[in-house]
Amino acid sequence: MPEQNSRPPVDYLQRTRDQYAALGYLPYRWVHNDDTPPWTALNKPLSECKVGLVASGGIYAKGQVAFHFRDDISLRIIDSSVPKEALRISHFAYDVQDARLDPSVVFPRDTLNQLADEGIIGSVSDKAYTFMGGIYSSRQVREKVAPEITRRLIADEVDVALMVPV
Amino acid sequence: MIARAVEAAGIPTLSMTSALSITRSANVPRAAFLDYPLGRTAGPPNQTEVQLDIMRRSLALFNTFQTPGLVETLPHVWSATEGDAWKEKLSLPKKDSGEAPADDERTEREDQPQYQNPEDKILAEQGRCGNCIWLE
Repeated sequence: MPEQNSRPPVDYLQRTRDQYAALGYLPYRWVHNDDTPPWTALNKPLSECKVGLVASGGIYAKGQVAFHFRDDISLRIIDSSVPKEALRISHFAYDVQDARLDPSVVFPRDTLNQLADEGIIGSVSDKAYTFMGGIYSSRQVREKVAPEITRRLIADEVDVALMVPV
Repeated sequence: MIARAVEAAGIPTLSMTSALSITRSANVPRAAFLDYPLGRTAGPPNQTEVQLDIMRRSLALFNTFQTPGLVETLPHVWSATEGDAWKEKLSLPKKDSGEAPADDERTEREDQPQYQNPEDKILAEQGRCGNCIWLE
């Protein structure tokens, strides 16, 4: 029974470059940051922290408008009252089979709730934010999506934020 | 990019990821790398204990990491029987072939909402989607 990974991680950056080259597209320009990332030290125990969740796997709740596949930069608020059974997945760029089987694999809210019950974290924010990753315009993310999510997480008074991309 | 913005605004962030090269390129403040096929960033489906273990180890990085830009590789293996053999099945495109690889999961780019279930569409069209945020 394999207990460790024997192959190196898949280099998706290079795969996308190769794929674009094969299709005759201009090279895809991945976001690349050479500077030191921003840093905020956690100044209280995790067991007292309210955790905010942000997920880009195209999660929406039954009753909400789904994501469309042409540069959709809209967000959905998933209220804590929405049960896992009412979560749906709409995404153009990954195999959504397991996410539809169990939304926790891309939206681990219930996992966080359980850890709150165990006292590992303080609580889970009432609002989670979702969108559909694979937004090709990094400018749109920088100027619209990131500031909106930041503003809302501050308003929600979360102590830490968990980002779950796909 | 979003993690960096949130962190810069004074909220510590942790990014989970299954795409190490992309996360390193974006250079986020803190990350936990799960070496799984894309689309299962927070663990295997319907395996609550494994999902909890992944989350406990990930959240612990808020305490263990003291400098920005670190990525912890989690020890989990996708398949108990085949390990990470899934990586062998990812096909690479032939150079200058003009063809996408056979396992390209990307679908056509549609302008209309793509519902998982047809009844979701009916429900959504009855409501006003109060919890939708339009940024266009």
